[in-house]
Amino acid sequence: MSNLLLFPIIIPLFFATVLMIFPKRLKLQRFLAATGAAATLIAALVLLAKVNAEGVQAVTLGSWPAPFGISMVSDPLSALLVVTTSIITLFVVFYSFPTIGVKREQSFYYPAVLFLMVGVNGAFTTGDIFNLFVFVEVLLMASYTLIVHGGEKPQLRESIKYLLVNIISSALFVAAVAFLYSVTGTLNMADLAVKIPQIEETGILTVIAVMFLVVFGFKAAIFPLYFWLPGSYYSPPVPILALFGALLTKVGVYAIMRTYTLFFTMNIAFTHELLGIIAILTILAGCVGALAYFDVKKIIIYNIIIAVGVILFGIAQLNQPGVDGSIFYLLHDMLIKAALFFLVGIVAVLFGTTDLRKMGGLIKTYPFLGWTYLVAAFGLAGIPPLSGFPGKLLIVQGGFEGPQFWGSIVILATSLIVLLSAVRIFIYAFWGEPVETVPLKKSVFNQMFIPTVILVAITVVFGVGAELFMPFISGAGEVLLNPSIYIDAVLKE
Amino acid sequence: MEIIMSVVIGFLFMAAVYLMLSKSLIRIIIGTGLLSHGAHLLLLTMGGLGGISPPVVADGVSVSDYADPLPQALILTAIVISFAVTSFFLVLAYRSYQELGTDNMDLLRGTEDHE
Repeated sequence: MSNLLLFPIIIPLFFATVLMIFPKRLKLQRFLAATGAAATLIAALVLLAKVNAEGVQAVTLGSWPAPFGISMVSDPLSALLVVTTSIITLFVVFYSFPTIGVKREQSFYYPAVLFLMVGVNGAFTTGDIFNLFVFVEVLLMASYTLIVHGGEKPQLRESIKYLLVNIISSALFVAAVAFLYSVTGTLNMADLAVKIPQIEETGILTVIAVMFLVVFGFKAAIFPLYFWLPGSYYSPPVPILALFGALLTKVGVYAIMRTYTLFFTMNIAFTHELLGIIAILTILAGCVGALAYFDVKKIIIYNIIIAVGVILFGIAQLNQPGVDGSIFYLLHDMLIKAALFFLVGIVAVLFGTTDLRKMGGLIKTYPFLGWTYLVAAFGLAGIPPLSGFPGKLLIVQGGFEGPQFWGSIVILATSLIVLLSAVRIFIYAFWGEPVETVPLKKSVFNQMFIPTVILVAITVVFGVGAELFMPFISGAGEVLLNPSIYIDAVLKE
Repeated sequence: MEIIMSVVIGFLFMAAVYLMLSKSLIRIIIGTGLLSHGAHLLLLTMGGLGGISPPVVADGVSVSDYADPLPQALILTAIVISFAVTSFFLVLAYRSYQELGTDNMDLLRGTEDHE
């Protein structure tokens, strides 16, 4: 029983609330937003150390015994994700200073970012499926604010669709929760993991499992349900895009990971094979988009969809290398997507456009930016020793050990497409005839570039030092593969 | 009773889908409202409609007589959330109508080439 795991949720909530009092005080807003994100990161790191040392942490709110109160659970996976979320939010706050514009900063931009953090951290930490719904709504509400923030015409147009898609998926979420409750009589995830194997009628549970896949699939942007993502993510400015691309879809991915390893395991032959097939289709659909566009933002946005497919394929295998690989790739993908959006944002600012065909020759004026981008692009494609490699290696290995070996072949083949799509940006934007760039003050450029370089450096360390992080990853994988650890930690309290 | 409720829920979902497939933004918003009503009613029904006593421990009441308090707590939360989202959606729709000059979803399609 430790309240520590609530801090990454409460700290940003506190700072966001305070920040809402004085929206116009620019310097104070910036300072407090950065402090809040940094404090959350520290709390998250302390939590990770504690989880690593003492095992899964659980607290049930109001001191009710576990299946009755709302449980908050921090296992290694959720602790790792909370740390990564906090890192990304901190860097997004720094990157926002020069890029987002004073007008937006003075209109509740930072509170919205911190509220988003509350929702994401909460969704990663909760141990109750209805509470997951509530935290998802918290983060969605913040994301509605952010996606329409500034009120430009394309933003308004796209946020309507984003809102509608999410309202429908939320209604389905409530319906799925209702069905699950009527069948099992509980909503606590650990309790569900105990009760579901005792139910002999697996048919109805399989239907519910697929309903949850649809619900989380909307958030995670899996194959037939990803249609809303490219349009909606395209409209907001780059810092918000980075935040969304790195965090929002990952909540859906995490929810699928959690539910499909912890309790929806009664009919693996059907549900997990379906998940594997959908994952592969997601990758293929993402690849088509990533190659089809000449727009830097669109290319990276479609790469989000590809990564979602890769992660879910590892989970669908439900064996040790597959799950470990998925966790590693999930963390890698959050960091690298944020870094790539930062880089693409700088490139777009320098050229004043996001169209690749109007770019060129940046390597002569900004060589360091070019090489940083190349490192990030290689990391995305998974070239050893960068951070995309160990995760992908394990996922592919998991696929070959499972029945869906053909999926691993697709992942290997599509890695080349990912590389091509990312390097295409390098070729068009950095090589070729120099195109006139928008003059940018050195200090502004540095303000944008320094957080980016640090983030890219973190991904490089994460890849090169993979051996160092593997104990954490395999610890998280162990809990996912042995639900009894999770159940004991929650119900024993 | 559960059967009647199921029919009502089905009708609400049907009406919601019909409204959400129309072009006018305001009809879509009403549709989302009906959709969440349907989902909330489903939540209440799925908890079981039996139970005649309030869920407070009292003498002479057997366990099967209690009403299930959990769906009511869940539904309350869900109603509050959908209320907030619907009001946000209405404001967004009004603002979009002012800025974009239309509430026809056909005209709000938006391609990569313009805007």
